Amino acid sequence: MKITTAINGQKKVLSVEPNDVLLDVLRREGYKGVKEGCRKGTCGACVILLNGKAVNSCLILAVRAAGQQITTIEGLGTPDAPHPLQRTFVDAGAIQCGYCTPGAMLSAKALLDEIPHPSEAQVREALDGNLCRCTGYVKQVQAVLAASRILKR
Amino acid sequence: MPQKRTFNIVGISVPKVDGVSLATGSAQFTDDFELRSMLHARMLRSPHAHARIRKIDTSEAARLPGVHGILTYKNVPRVAHTTAGQGHPEPSPYDTFLFDRKVRYVGDAVAAVAADTLQIANQALQLIQVDYEILDPVFDPHQALQKDAPIIHDEPDAYAPLPVIYEPQRNLAAHVDMEIGDVEAGFHQADVLLDNQYSTHYGAHAALETHIVITYLDEQNRLVIRTSTQVPFHVRRIVARVLQQPVSRIRVVKPRIGGAFGGKQEIILEAISGALTLLTRRPVKLQLTREEEFMCTRTRHPQHIRLKSGVKKDGSLTALDLSILMNAGAYGPHALTVVCNSGSKTLPLYRCPNVRFEGNTAYTNLPIGGAYRGYGATQAFFAMGVQMDEMAHAIGMDPPTFHKRNHIRAGEGSPVFQALGEGKKGVEMKLNTCGLDACIDQGARAISWHTKRRRRDKGVRRRGVGMVCLMQGSAIPEIDMAAATITMNDDGSFILLAGATDLGTGSDTVLAQIAAEILSVTTDQIVVHSSDTDFTPFDVGAYASSTTYLSGNAVKHAAEQVRQQILRVASEMLNTEPSMLMLRKGTVMHQKTTTRRVSLADVAHYSLYQKNQFHISATASQHTHISPPPFAAHFAEVEVDTETGEIRVLEYVAAVDCGTAINPALAEGQTEGAIVNGISFALIEEFHFDARGRMLNPNFNYYSIFSARDVPPIKAILVPTHEPTGPFGAKSIAEISINGPLPAISNAVYHAVGIRLRHAPFTPQHVLDALRNQGRQKKL
Repeated sequence: MKITTAINGQKKVLSVEPNDVLLDVLRREGYKGVKEGCRKGTCGACVILLNGKAVNSCLILAVRAAGQQITTIEGLGTPDAPHPLQRTFVDAGAIQCGYCTPGAMLSAKALLDEIPHPSEAQVREALDGNLCRCTGYVKQVQAVLAASRILKR
Repeated sequence: MPQKRTFNIVGISVPKVDGVSLATGSAQFTDDFELRSMLHARMLRSPHAHARIRKIDTSEAARLPGVHGILTYKNVPRVAHTTAGQGHPEPSPYDTFLFDRKVRYVGDAVAAVAADTLQIANQALQLIQVDYEILDPVFDPHQALQKDAPIIHDEPDAYAPLPVIYEPQRNLAAHVDMEIGDVEAGFHQADVLLDNQYSTHYGAHAALETHIVITYLDEQNRLVIRTSTQVPFHVRRIVARVLQQPVSRIRVVKPRIGGAFGGKQEIILEAISGALTLLTRRPVKLQLTREEEFMCTRTRHPQHIRLKSGVKKDGSLTALDLSILMNAGAYGPHALTVVCNSGSKTLPLYRCPNVRFEGNTAYTNLPIGGAYRGYGATQAFFAMGVQMDEMAHAIGMDPPTFHKRNHIRAGEGSPVFQALGEGKKGVEMKLNTCGLDACIDQGARAISWHTKRRRRDKGVRRRGVGMVCLMQGSAIPEIDMAAATITMNDDGSFILLAGATDLGTGSDTVLAQIAAEILSVTTDQIVVHSSDTDFTPFDVGAYASSTTYLSGNAVKHAAEQVRQQILRVASEMLNTEPSMLMLRKGTVMHQKTTTRRVSLADVAHYSLYQKNQFHISATASQHTHISPPPFAAHFAEVEVDTETGEIRVLEYVAAVDCGTAINPALAEGQTEGAIVNGISFALIEEFHFDARGRMLNPNFNYYSIFSARDVPPIKAILVPTHEPTGPFGAKSIAEISINGPLPAISNAVYHAVGIRLRHAPFTPQHVLDALRNQGRQKKL
């Protein structure tokens, strides 16, 4: 069946099976920044924004994305025009292997859209669903707080 | 000539060279790559902990439309090998076959299927008929070594390729022992004798990217293996042997890696996927599910540790006797070297004239142990760190003072360095650097040790602080080897081809900084390619805390040769002697008349197009005779809830001497990540098995790891020293800090509530039991 969605601001018509998972469809469509870590909604590597809310794309059937707005890491910013989060994650040393990074940044984006100047505790809560085994989260939290300061200006 | 201590780019936290691509989602991991007509592979795994396959019938599965190839023990070569990616010949036993007639743990490989889709492959697995003869399993390493225990490796063709003790007929996967001085005499001299047992548990690496490989044939029908690995060159060698192909017919490509921590120092999937590609002549992708990742890859080896120690009232150690029984699980990758490391990384930290060590590794029918960050030191430092605290307490000395009195110092060696190597004797080594005193002082100050140590809480929730001292190594001496090539481009930029393997640690960046420092450019002028066995020179890979120290030196030497060539060409251009020239910020200039200058682009163009042409380039190799240890002092403050048994870490400080930190932010990141992994392992991570050896919690719901909310404030302090044999004074940083949390937290809990936690993990139930025992003992 065919569904129409907006991915990173662009209208997309996708052919999907009824049991296709959004994670797989997005990756098939070339959005490789959406990562697979567990397929059970427990690690956060596949987090995307669905109408601005951070969700695990492995838990959502693709058909449910019909008529919805999707943002993947590719839509957050580009190498030439990175989003402040993408800049601060790089500058703070918050990226090690980078596999959890897209999901973590999108969770942070959803937070900053809702609460532009979050406390450290709010940042930690927003990143709670995004497991990272490399960084110990220290520099990730610093990066989100730094991005919120940039967005403030 | 003394080494220059002020650097242009070394010691600066430049952004990772792959940072922007990772941040924008364009970085290419193994799976982010598509091939036409790629098949998807799945594995059939044993439901039994110990069984023999009487009969296996794949005919029905083979008839399923969309199935293109099935592997079992019947149609693959039988080659005894180890999955451990180590130097060759490996110090691990050759006890593994691609597929075997016998299965030795729940999850062992029985068959593999390649099909058009994952769904078809999964369906095909259901159609494979296996008739198992179920054998008695053994799950306890003590029982495994008893006379009447079931023999797990009864196949006649398992063997150890090195002359080491290996007795599979009694489930003994490895044995090592040594004695220095006279331990019994040492115990007689002691004022206080302590003799305690400790145990550590299974742990999962939990890299966010599970093991994955894509294999295909290139236009010359060579097998290309694109894989998430720490050891590309070991993959090539081992796959070549297992599949009976020449090394020249195999290329291994390492893309970006989604975390490894030792878990990808293993050749688990590459030969299976490669065999499927050779069978079907099609590209094949084999990726493990999270469940398989927990059950069927590698784990931290559990250990049972007995430590007997003697100390005099003045604080001097008289004897240390460490004996370890390690659980290998069903196969023996790293079975010898992990247990060796438990001795060789802990015992030399303390000046003690009488030292004995014995390590035994037993096979059991449980998941397989392997390399895991810390590599045996994590387990043994738990025992050593707690017992040092207890000895200090027994003689009434403050732990920082006790550690300072006993730890090894610069200029000193340890006979243990010589006695314990990796499958052979170690090396004689005197330390050039040891910043441990400064680590202890700075760490103590940062956590307000002396104030907090005086505190004695009485309520339900009680706080305490504890500390521990640690060491690790930098590369494996007389075994590891690394090489790098640097070439110059037309525009004066450079290509760095490094065999070294960046797993996400940032080693590409660290190596680029080392090259950039010598070549006096910025890192954006260094294009880094790492680990493609066709195009980059050899490197053993990313393990044993080796990359900065060993591969870094290879890069430094290659860059120095390129620099010499640049100066030679420039001298020809400027009509002067090379010795009269200097290289500054992309320009070669005369030392006296700096207006006589040429840019690197001019030099490159001259050398490639104008006169006496040659390609400015160099390859350098590096091996090492020593393994300079990094040192660390860790401090934890905890709060123990005496009603629930819950331990909360309130603050954690790690002061680390890694020599020169080439990139301080990355060095801090290594430390912070290791600490959080260590705290999570100490407090909440645990494998649960049912009575038949099946792991009950192979998922992040029931095998929790720390998330951002669980993490206490962490302070990583880098304490600089200058290791003269390291690149710009660098030693290693990656592993050491994972060893701290178990002992530091246990010691802090003792300070808080007076119980010694000697068995990990420190779950609330375990803490409550210990508190109740303490209560009972007080009443008696």
